[in-house]
Amino acid sequence: MKDLIIAGSGPAGLSAAVYASNAMLNFSVIEKFPMSGGQMLNTYEINNYLGFEEIDGFTLGQTFRKHAENKGAQFINDEITAIEKIDGGYSVKCKNGEYETKTIIFATGANPKKLGVKGEADFAGRGVSYCATCDGNFFRDKITAVVGGGDVALEDTLYLANICSKVYLIHRRDEFRGAKYLQDKVRANDKIELVLKDEVDEIIGNNKVEKLKLKSGKELETDGVFIAVGLDPNSKLLDKTTEMENGFIKADESGITSAAGIFAAGDIRTKRLRQISTAVSDGANAVHSVEEYLFNL
Amino acid sequence: MVKDIKTNEFQEKVINSNKPVLVDFWASWCGPCRMLSPAVDSVSEQVSEAEFYKVNVDEEPELAREFGIMSIPTLIVFKNGEIFDQSVGVISEADIKTLVEKAL
Repeated sequence: MKDLIIAGSGPAGLSAAVYASNAMLNFSVIEKFPMSGGQMLNTYEINNYLGFEEIDGFTLGQTFRKHAENKGAQFINDEITAIEKIDGGYSVKCKNGEYETKTIIFATGANPKKLGVKGEADFAGRGVSYCATCDGNFFRDKITAVVGGGDVALEDTLYLANICSKVYLIHRRDEFRGAKYLQDKVRANDKIELVLKDEVDEIIGNNKVEKLKLKSGKELETDGVFIAVGLDPNSKLLDKTTEMENGFIKADESGITSAAGIFAAGDIRTKRLRQISTAVSDGANAVHSVEEYLFNL
Repeated sequence: MVKDIKTNEFQEKVINSNKPVLVDFWASWCGPCRMLSPAVDSVSEQVSEAEFYKVNVDEEPELAREFGIMSIPTLIVFKNGEIFDQSVGVISEADIKTLVEKAL
């Protein structure tokens, strides 16, 4: 039986792997995709992770991963299908194997949330996108719209304004949740038009996105719509095992959940600020809690 | 490793192929694409009854336009010269395998 299984290989999981190596735990990291790095892979420019004044998400992700690999972390490329309580720990069932472990750190993160409007699913890959840095280049000199009001929505809007002829930023409130310096940049950019206190009602087009119908009745012609309305945590495996809050695993900074031996780190847990730095911090805290838990077994 | 294909080879290697062909539309600046590619490489080693190619959308914009690519990564399976199925976004290795095996 292993001491620890880390589920997920974004910044929280990789940070946990580095700390678990230092703690000389017998552990593995299970990841759904090889080379993953979590959501930061989608980020074009990161300028707030200490020590890196300006770096893209993919490069930073690979840097984190190399660190964990060099520490001796073992990675298993598989998808977890169920977690079962067994004597002395848990059985982690995957598509291609099964692992027994005393503890689990869940660091499976979150995916972009869907808007849930008519046309959204029909036009996925036909003008509806959840990743501005991936798909922005297909909209060179075209009109696009971003939906949302947080950091990601503001960053996506600024990124697209470099490429597109015009960018609408649609937000249901009249103020933004995102960082002040991003708001200032958005307001100063004359390619960006703010559409506030309004919501998308329907995404309309023929073979691809052509326009958006808003709740106010207004219609906006656009070639693409980038959705950045928050996160949908990858926590379904645990919904019967641990206490949840709005789909996030209920845990404080310690990572301790309502289920003994199960810990949560990164975007998947209830927390105020979801950043790379706070995910990395969670990884360290969760391993510390795992060590205490193993010591008292 | 799955090889990159150019616009001028597409007709011969994909459209005229006797076997089903999976084409991975990607770009170097796309993080999720670089996450998906190793999984496509792995499936290509397991499924010998199909061919596998990659299209770099920066280098071959005509192909991206021809197939209406507006989101990457996109995987398209061609069979008998026509689009058989396609998938947008990162999917698991098992799902890539299923996507191509349906065309066999």
